[in-house]
Amino acid sequence: MTDRQRQIWIDRAAVTAAWIAALVFFFPIFWMVLTSLKTEGQAIQVPPLLIFEPTLENYLEIQERTNYFKFAMNSVITAFGGTLLALLIAIPSAYSMAFNTTHRTKDVLMWMLSTKMLPAVGVMMPIYFLAQKFDLFDTRTLLVVIYAMMNLPIVMLILFNYFREIPKEILEASRMDGTSTFNEIRQIVLPLAWGGIASTALLSIILCWNEAFWSIVLTTTDASTLTAFVASFQAPEGLFWAKVSAVSTLACAPIVVFGWMAQKQLVQGLTFGAVK
Amino acid sequence: MKSLRNTALGLAIGVAGATTAFAGELTIATVNNGHMVEMQKFTPEFEAANPGITLNWVTLDEGTLRSRVTTDITTKGGQFDVMTIGMYEAPIWGARGWLEELTFDAEYDVDDILPAMRGGLSHEGKLYAAPFYGESSMIMYRKDLVEAAGMSIEDNPSWDHIREVAKAITNKDEGVYGICLRGKPGWGDNMAFITTMANSFGAQWFNEDWTPALNSEAWKDAVTFYVEMLNESGPPGSEGNSFNEILALMNEGKCGMWIDATIAASFVTDPAQSKVADKIAFAQSPQKATTKGANWLWAWALAVPAGTKQGDDAKKFIEWATSKSYIELVASKNGWGSVPTGTRQSTYDNPKFQEAATFDEAELKAILSANPEDSTMNPSPYVGVQFAAIPEFQAIGTAVGQQMTDALAGNITVEEALANGQAAADREMKKAGYY
Repeated sequence: MTDRQRQIWIDRAAVTAAWIAALVFFFPIFWMVLTSLKTEGQAIQVPPLLIFEPTLENYLEIQERTNYFKFAMNSVITAFGGTLLALLIAIPSAYSMAFNTTHRTKDVLMWMLSTKMLPAVGVMMPIYFLAQKFDLFDTRTLLVVIYAMMNLPIVMLILFNYFREIPKEILEASRMDGTSTFNEIRQIVLPLAWGGIASTALLSIILCWNEAFWSIVLTTTDASTLTAFVASFQAPEGLFWAKVSAVSTLACAPIVVFGWMAQKQLVQGLTFGAVK
Repeated sequence: MKSLRNTALGLAIGVAGATTAFAGELTIATVNNGHMVEMQKFTPEFEAANPGITLNWVTLDEGTLRSRVTTDITTKGGQFDVMTIGMYEAPIWGARGWLEELTFDAEYDVDDILPAMRGGLSHEGKLYAAPFYGESSMIMYRKDLVEAAGMSIEDNPSWDHIREVAKAITNKDEGVYGICLRGKPGWGDNMAFITTMANSFGAQWFNEDWTPALNSEAWKDAVTFYVEMLNESGPPGSEGNSFNEILALMNEGKCGMWIDATIAASFVTDPAQSKVADKIAFAQSPQKATTKGANWLWAWALAVPAGTKQGDDAKKFIEWATSKSYIELVASKNGWGSVPTGTRQSTYDNPKFQEAATFDEAELKAILSANPEDSTMNPSPYVGVQFAAIPEFQAIGTAVGQQMTDALAGNITVEEALANGQAAADREMKKAGYY
């Protein structure tokens, strides 16, 4: 076998492995959509039904019982709001650490990242009491702040890595021309790192969108997001798989479409800018 | 600057939306059970009859509901005006002053509420939660399989007979298992069932001096019987099964017998979801050393937290949702087979209900035979059939439930499970200052 033939086989094997991995990841979504089109009785049948008469009754019941758009709007506002707030804090911080590095910078980053290792439930009561004290319980403002704080370490780390790729010489040249720090960030750093910032924002939006713990604990009626909406369809006594599948499909649909449209930036963000 | 302005505007939109509840808006915390879902659909009827009051529903899964309402009530959060709570919480929270006492006018006919339900939701004669629907436990079995095996199941059979029947109707080659029982850990999951079984074997949670009694021979016999029977005739993976998992198996025709909540009767006899709807029969729970405590008693009930600023409106809602007229309203829209049961004698007396519900007689008999104040063979200091109505029970029940699941899975022996459970219960009771 020549080197060229060997390379062709390696490529084919890699493509096949990628397809298998993609199908494995896609299967739960396929199964969720399929189950959402079954009746509750069909949803629990063993062996599982693959051919059946699809029904939209689960979607109709969800629409009849709840206001999906209210939950969806809360998800949109809190995910985008939380991401914006995180970026507003992270961009100047990451700039500072990337371009004024000290021997403690890595420790600071690690310390910030270590806050992600704390289980959320560990700080539930303090946050619950603070929310009560400031009369922010069940408000989107509270979720925006929580989501921003929750994602800040990751957003900071990714932006730090992007900013470090900008040649320092460009910044030094601008300083020679007398540019202020603010203008340096606005006119040089942001345009050069725009792709990285966009992919970081996308990743943060997805993390906010899928967040369930705080949304369930800190909201009741006004600020509940789609994750709380999905959780509300679990039943202690009675079958609920088909309805939960339908409600999960509705909850996932906007972010799946969004992620599909922005997949290029998303992959960049997930690889920390390693792939150019 | 334009892009920064846009960013700031976006953020302002993002953080906008701080809202507060308006007077006349009731926030009701509830679970996603069929009857509760129906109640939500009748919101327009309530609002039309009570101008000025609007209803906001918060539907949570059972575990989250418990932790949310407990947190809210202990921190005086005031997030909820009406809470859906169970028979375990009502007397404990009532005694602590966390719930408002419920009093109703003559038209409500409080005496129509089944005495067992009323007693279980009261403390020192004061009603702290009104039952929305109630349940006990009973045997639901495949009449066709039992008859084909040349056997029968009468009311209150012995546990030995149940084990024999389970063995006889098991056909593992066809995936049919003689008996399905809860195995998933939790005080409201496996321990609800195991406690009723232990009661009938003569066991109890606590001795008269509040010391845990899990080291008794009766507990050992009951749990050994449970583990052996499920290993012989139960489905694989029973340690992961609770109500919904077994309901799915039963509806698929994979279980010959199921001993669980009476509410299941309405699901397993529903042809829309059960393949064996016309083959199901009912009998009262099995017994062994005593007739006491063999079937549990539970109610999902509506209560008003003491912290609410809208107590009067909240009580008005509860009066409506738990009234005879609400049951008639549901019947007029969905039929008598769909009304919430287990709460009022008048429901069971109604000929239309008797005609529509095939399980009404068995359900009422089970509910009426459960006595939370006398559920153990020997005297015990606590109230409750499948639980002990003390605040510490939740932690103890869950810890012991985990041990039972481990024993069922074969990770530890029954003796080890009970010894570990006894130690956990002892630690908890000592910490709480019982002795």
